[in-house]
Amino acid sequence: MDTDNIIEVKNLTKTFGKFTAVDDISFEVKKGEIFGLLGPNGAGKSTTLRMLSTLSRPTKGTATIGGYDTVKHDMDVRKLIGIVSEKMIIYNRLTAKENLRFFGSLFNIPKDTLTKRIDDLLELVQLTKFKDAQVGTFSTGMRQRMNVVRALLNMPQVLFLDEPTLGLDPQSSVEIREFVRKLNQEQGTTVIITTHMMLDADLLCDRIAIVDHGKIIALDTSTNLKKIISGADTMIVKLEIANLTPDMTATIKALNCADAITQDNSTTLHVIVHGDEAFDSIIDAVRKKNGKITSMANLQPSLEDVFLHITGHEVRDSADQKIPMEHGPKRFGGGQRRVR
Amino acid sequence: MTVQTILKHSYRIAQKDLMELFRNRLGLVLLIVMPLFMMVMVGFIYPTNGTISDLQIGVVNEDAGLQGQFMSNQVFLPALQGINDQTHMLVMSNISSVDDLKDRVQRGNLEGGIVIPANFSESLMSGQQGTIIIVSDESNPQISATIRSALTGVFDAIGTQFAEQQLNTTNIAVVKPFNIQTQGVVSGNPSYFDFIAPGIMAMTVMMSVMTGLPVAISQEKEIGTMDGMMVAPVNRLSILLGKTFAQTARGLIQGAIILALAIGIFGVTIQGSILLVFALLLLGVFSFVGLGIVITSFTKDQETAQMLMMTLMFPMMFLSGVFFPIQQMPWYMQTISQFLPLTYASDALRKVMVLGAGVPQITNELIILVAFGIVMIAIALPVFRRMMTR
Ligand SMILES: Nc1ncnc2c1ncn2[C@@H]1O[C@H](COP(=O)(O)OP(=O)(O)OP(=O)(O)O)[C@@H](O)[C@H]1O
Ligand SMILES: [Mg+2]
Repeated sequence: MDTDNIIEVKNLTKTFGKFTAVDDISFEVKKGEIFGLLGPNGAGKSTTLRMLSTLSRPTKGTATIGGYDTVKHDMDVRKLIGIVSEKMIIYNRLTAKENLRFFGSLFNIPKDTLTKRIDDLLELVQLTKFKDAQVGTFSTGMRQRMNVVRALLNMPQVLFLDEPTLGLDPQSSVEIREFVRKLNQEQGTTVIITTHMMLDADLLCDRIAIVDHGKIIALDTSTNLKKIISGADTMIVKLEIANLTPDMTATIKALNCADAITQDNSTTLHVIVHGDEAFDSIIDAVRKKNGKITSMANLQPSLEDVFLHITGHEVRDSADQKIPMEHGPKRFGGGQRRVR
Repeated sequence: MTVQTILKHSYRIAQKDLMELFRNRLGLVLLIVMPLFMMVMVGFIYPTNGTISDLQIGVVNEDAGLQGQFMSNQVFLPALQGINDQTHMLVMSNISSVDDLKDRVQRGNLEGGIVIPANFSESLMSGQQGTIIIVSDESNPQISATIRSALTGVFDAIGTQFAEQQLNTTNIAVVKPFNIQTQGVVSGNPSYFDFIAPGIMAMTVMMSVMTGLPVAISQEKEIGTMDGMMVAPVNRLSILLGKTFAQTARGLIQGAIILALAIGIFGVTIQGSILLVFALLLLGVFSFVGLGIVITSFTKDQETAQMLMMTLMFPMMFLSGVFFPIQQMPWYMQTISQFLPLTYASDALRKVMVLGAGVPQITNELIILVAFGIVMIAIALPVFRRMMTR
């Protein structure tokens, strides 16, 4: 075992009946790292996190946190971790302070220490003013800040965050992101964060595991992941055509140089291409169909493009379309499929 | 993990649950309104007598006779037996003393009794009325009323027969030879409310754990807060215990409210010890906890838990003799009711509250409740452990 690794996951698998939600994944996380699990709805991110945080028992494989096995030494693991899960863990009928005092009392923290820590944490997320108000009266952003500091009561070495910015406005999202970064830098807390929002992953994570269908299909730093595209003489072209028709799209799709294509809106296409003549071929094809190109740009690859490139489909699901969890397999099938 | 830590955590969890409960105004109001409704409704729909047969009656014959003549054995009892052979209303057994009879009625071994006093033969043979005392179980006013009217009818019939006989032989007869007096096991005049109040109390308190526990746990699972406790270094038993404590407290509070309403509004009096009443309620809770845990383990969401609660509550309410005497039910229902702990809890509670029974008179019920509780918990704990480590 590498002593730098605070988390080691080996062949972790979880099945629900016949359905495999997490399929034989292995990875390590270093102490002090911010590690992202990125993938569409139903990819198995939450299931992975639940197994790591002792909430769910793996069907196969093992995971250790700080050297403790999550199944055999679950109580030791629990002392080391904090979790912000998809559903907010706070009681609406209790006040901010009562909530924190309750959850704090479940860890064996001396009373004085706990009281001080609660005050500090509330101050840290600017909720001191509301400490005696019932949490049910809070805005979503305030509740999520409460929810995050709740996970920090035991000063965890590892913090698990499951889609912490889900349903928050951009302002609140930024606040949470900044808070997590600060925590990581100042306390050295290791952070495992799941998200389907590329921006979150890109801005925050040291390394990112791209998860699809329960499998890790790529794992690297954001920069290196993007090199998968830019390294392999691949380019991303953003194309605006004033009189775009489905026929034109089909023609471009059929081109040799085009690897994948998606349509952003009625006039804009997003094409991943390779080869030196790619630009010329596209222009020729559009001209042949009497298309009017209003703009054409060579984009920096984003994680979105990386995902599209590797999986052949988009991470299209957005926060506002999130479907409540059902029993049984839920498959990503929303956005356009790969067109090659 | 020490026992102390487990208990400390469960105390915190119970405290948190109760704090939430007391902040829920509507919930609090319903806590009072529900039993009030139940008492009022049931109290006013006083059930009428059904056909009752095979009442267990004890006969205490203290007749001292007169000059070797025993009017009781020679005349009265054969006549009673003769009538009963046709109606099968009574099953009679001989009891040695009045105290023994009252004790058996309190224990529920007998439903009532007849006492023939020492001067029975003397009175009759000297041309006076012979007194017969009917002893009945007043914790069960319906049965009690039935026994009285049935026996009074029988005695009148015997009396007429007897008078005719005497007229034939001696030409003098007392027109109404038997003076029938009725006597309860305790003084006072219990009403139907005295009968249902203990039952409703037992039911509300016991149901509160059996149904409250699954609802409380599945609700926390559903909104996600359960994960907050599960991810802390807390023994699963603490969560279960804490929730049980909170539900028990809620149940006992509700029980106390019912008792207060019963005493204040419906004029119910308590003959036995209040302490014993609450001890019995706690024992009732204990006997139901296991069942509650099993249900908890099998219900995934709150809706199912609620539905299961309704499904179980109704038959149990009626089969346990909370509202109507078990003796009125068909035999198969009576059989089922023997397997419900609520039957014993409400019976014991009724004996204590109405008949002033103490621990010795309810030992059977106590043993059954404890045994039921232990067996159910022994079944429940492994089931619960499996559910928690999915
Ligand atoms: N308890 C369960 N029983 C049955 N199936 C489940 C259960 N939990 C999760 N699944 C299934 O496992 C798959 C992975 O779910 P998971 O919640 O881990 O996905 P996710 O990556 O977190 O997605 P999301 O972005 O929607 O949160 C889904 O298809 C889901 O339906
Ligand atoms: Mg998820």
